[in-house]
Amino acid sequence: MPSRVEFREDRCKGCLLCIEACPTGIIQQSNRFNQKGYKVVEITPEMMAECKGCAFCAMICPDYVINVFKTASEKGGAA
Amino acid sequence: MTQEIRVTNYPQVLTDRPTHYCPGCHHGTAHRLVAEALTDLGLVDNTILVGSIGCSVFIYNYLSLDAIESPHGRAPAVATGIKRARPDKIVFTYQGDGDLASIGMAEIMHCANRGENVTTIFVNNTVYGMTGGQMAPTTLVGQKTTTCPGGRCKERAGMAIRMTEIIASLGGVAYAERVAVNNIKNIKKAQKAVRKAFDYQVQGLGFSFVEVLATCPTNWRMTPQAANTRIETEMIPYFPLGVYKDVKAQEDK
Repeated sequence: MPSRVEFREDRCKGCLLCIEACPTGIIQQSNRFNQKGYKVVEITPEMMAECKGCAFCAMICPDYVINVFKTASEKGGAA
Repeated sequence: MTQEIRVTNYPQVLTDRPTHYCPGCHHGTAHRLVAEALTDLGLVDNTILVGSIGCSVFIYNYLSLDAIESPHGRAPAVATGIKRARPDKIVFTYQGDGDLASIGMAEIMHCANRGENVTTIFVNNTVYGMTGGQMAPTTLVGQKTTTCPGGRCKERAGMAIRMTEIIASLGGVAYAERVAVNNIKNIKKAQKAVRKAFDYQVQGLGFSFVEVLATCPTNWRMTPQAANTRIETEMIPYFPLGVYKDVKAQEDK
């Protein structure tokens, strides 16, 4: 089931705790810097398909950077 | 038709403002736990926060609650006054280890012993974080800080204080638990502990206390990942997690 993860990059401090918490290991550090000069984390579009939507990354993030979205199936339940 | 559901649900009481904490600091996680507990119990409009001194002082910027700032270590005394004047309000203190276990030792001990119906969230990162990483009462033996560069010496400075055990032994305490927020499993336990602490205050059972083991990557001179590992390998063996007092569980037995 497709899930989507959004990073508020301006808030990321590059602590990389989410990388350790992710059970599928799809989060990685990007080469982009944010306004504060931290290297932000990202999930590449190809890797996003593997996201299970567990939101462990959002739970461990101390700076409330991460939002996780799940797409419900046609029948309404989260398949 | 597909519909997108938001899994993460940050409580509204958390203000939309970047925190001043260092990368990997667990204060942000502890703030969120408090915000979630207050939101779940429906206490947001009825809560007064008592801040302490240290990095945790800026909690009033990050939780949109009525707040009062207390002198160093005196948060439990201020909370006592507020609770006695307004018993209908939910009052909690949010303190660090330099504040609570050192200068504020007398206040927290007597507040707990009197069984004031307030909640204390105690964030233990084993150093004075804001002032530059000096040795705190909770610094582990052998840990290097700016005021004990050779590591804390047991003969000269003694052993680290285990606050939850001390608080649990006092008369008026309804609930005392030590939790950590270094991994998902521990965060989920911590969520329950903080919620229970506030719930006990609502029920008027007495003083409730939650110690949160946290990292200070900057002053430990570590990466956030290594700091999380240190909690698991060094801190939890010395500060065992668990419930040390729970009056309701004792009654049930």
